[in-house]
Amino acid sequence: MRYKLLTAALAATAALQFAGQAAATDLEVTHWWTSGGEAAAVAELAKAFDATGNHWVDGAIAGSGGTARPIMISRITGGDPMGATQFNHGRQAEELVQAGLMRDLTDVATKGKWTDVVRPKSLLDGCTIDGKIYCVPVNIHSWQWLWLSNEAFEKAGVPLPKDWNEFVAAAPALEKAGIIPLAVGGQAWQSSGAFDVLLAAVGGTDTFLKVYKDKDAKFAAGPEVAKVFKAADDARKMAKNTNVQDWNQATNLVITGKAAGQIMGDWAQGEFQVAGKTAGKDYTCLPGLGLNEVIATGGDAFYFPLLKDADKSKAQEVLAETLLDPKTQVAFNLKKGSLPVRGDVDLNAANDCMKKGLAILAKGAVMPWTDQLLSQDTQKQKEDLFAEFFAKPELTVEDAQKRFADLIASAD
Amino acid sequence: MRGRECTALTQPADEMSKSARPNLLFRNLNAKVASIPMILTAMVVFVGGTVWTVLYSFTNSKLLPRLNFVGLDQYYRLWAAPRWLISIENLLIYGAISLVFSLVIGFLLAALLDQKIRFEDTFRTIFLYPFALSFIVTGLVWQWLLNPDFGIQHVVRDLGWTSFSFDPLYNSSIVIYGISIAALWQGTGLIMCLMLAGLRGIDEDIWKAARVDGIPMWKTYLFIVIPMMRPVFITTLVIIASGIVKVYDLVVAQTSGGPGIASEVPAKYVYDYMFFAQNLGQGFAASTMMLLSVVIVIVPWAYLEFGRRK
Repeated sequence: MRYKLLTAALAATAALQFAGQAAATDLEVTHWWTSGGEAAAVAELAKAFDATGNHWVDGAIAGSGGTARPIMISRITGGDPMGATQFNHGRQAEELVQAGLMRDLTDVATKGKWTDVVRPKSLLDGCTIDGKIYCVPVNIHSWQWLWLSNEAFEKAGVPLPKDWNEFVAAAPALEKAGIIPLAVGGQAWQSSGAFDVLLAAVGGTDTFLKVYKDKDAKFAAGPEVAKVFKAADDARKMAKNTNVQDWNQATNLVITGKAAGQIMGDWAQGEFQVAGKTAGKDYTCLPGLGLNEVIATGGDAFYFPLLKDADKSKAQEVLAETLLDPKTQVAFNLKKGSLPVRGDVDLNAANDCMKKGLAILAKGAVMPWTDQLLSQDTQKQKEDLFAEFFAKPELTVEDAQKRFADLIASAD
Repeated sequence: MRGRECTALTQPADEMSKSARPNLLFRNLNAKVASIPMILTAMVVFVGGTVWTVLYSFTNSKLLPRLNFVGLDQYYRLWAAPRWLISIENLLIYGAISLVFSLVIGFLLAALLDQKIRFEDTFRTIFLYPFALSFIVTGLVWQWLLNPDFGIQHVVRDLGWTSFSFDPLYNSSIVIYGISIAALWQGTGLIMCLMLAGLRGIDEDIWKAARVDGIPMWKTYLFIVIPMMRPVFITTLVIIASGIVKVYDLVVAQTSGGPGIASEVPAKYVYDYMFFAQNLGQGFAASTMMLLSVVIVIVPWAYLEFGRRK
């Protein structure tokens, strides 16, 4: 008994290289899933990993990805790597991989036939650098959703809008009823993300790709994108009375009917679920703002830093397999409100909104998202621009578009 | 060996100066040996770190430092970025406000406390208390106080003045003043204490002499006491100035740079671009500019202060 206690204590101090051969291996996993719905989802992953005889040491970092990523990266570059860590697959961890700090998972992937089971294929592309696979995608998150509070529209006496244009038209009636038409939190990534969604929905998939993939600055200064800026101008007018910072506080405004709608990724659904709301009855979701029903294949993935410890490396493999296990995929994604990365799992329990998402996915209407197309540097500059645009009515649409085009010209 | 050193050290000063110069190096040898670690730390960490940062600010390092020189590109980009320009403007406003007001209010409070009033200890404690709080806590407290939905505005409206509006943190054009209020509330107490200590250091006889000559009290303060408090003022200035340049946590806690980017400050730009944007080169360029601004202030002052004596 005492020996067992001792090993447990030793294992907990991650500095020690070997912690008893037979004992369960502790693997620290860092992530930024801390809101109610997210925490419930990550508990499912921990449960599944613990069931394999290992132990999930939860390293949750509060305050969204922007706060968490610098901490994770400095731990990896500073020589104190965790067992596994969340990133959005795409270019966030690109340089860490190039510097040889991340583990190559190609062997595990070949064994598990990931290329066959993961759907859509572009997900694995986000994990692949120079032909090697470096991460395990766990879910598909798409930004392009408009969440509407049925209660708010009832109160204002206007029918539920079917797309963005109807929503904009309903704004005056909502304001008259004392409801904030659109909730946009103060954090910079929220306004920047809302613009990207408008670009994909109002402008269309081709416009989106021409700007962010081809980085065509001339096009970004042109009339197609001007239309999108016009829509963003509507959005900032509708959002001007939102006095909250965090995205889940903004979602909460919609849940309580104080705000009529929010442009937010499908992770917002977890919040509606935790609050006990039913899709279709209490709230309504419009994928692609009802204009362009395409789903972006952004999402979360787990990366595994290269470790010296053989036991831990083995545990990493087990975790990688567990994450893609059909049962884990279902349990996790139902709680998270996101879509599973496997096409062969059964999602009968999915609610209205998730079914809409699955149907779009089944049609193959997918597109890449900013995390895959733009560097963090460019994204940050974009955030600065749109944070200013949404908060400062004096910044004209024309000036903002000109600055946007300049930014695209120097983007990488 | 050790014995000889000791005798050398205990020799009277006049004999030392006669004996020769080389001894100068070995004077107070123990103290010099003891300070080697600190000297090394200062050289390696401060000077070394500074040189390293400046060097890499001329590269295009992204997430990891790489020696791939791009000349002044990072600086061109920096000075073209609207966010950096707003940061600089905010720093100037914030700096002017905290410098002037914390000196004036701090000195006034100290002068008032110096009038041999009753309950001086109590007042001193009250004024110094905010300093016991960190900038993060200060920022949060003032974020709530200035929030229109449950702060000062809400209270005044509940009292009956329904058109009253006071929401500096939600108004782009005055948000930096909202932050300055919090900074003053937190920092003035310390300045007051420093000033009070300075005032207590003034000899009682000077006051008596001034009174005999019939000089009014405000003139005594302005023309006799304040010039005599020069060292205290310099210490205070250094403390205030360093607080201005490094302001970061207060902004993060109060507004996190918002609304939009209206309350951004240079230190936050450095942090955000180094870690969020994964662009070390840009962050280093910004921090080099911050260093440069400090140097521009310090060098002429140090020249006047120390250069004159020679």
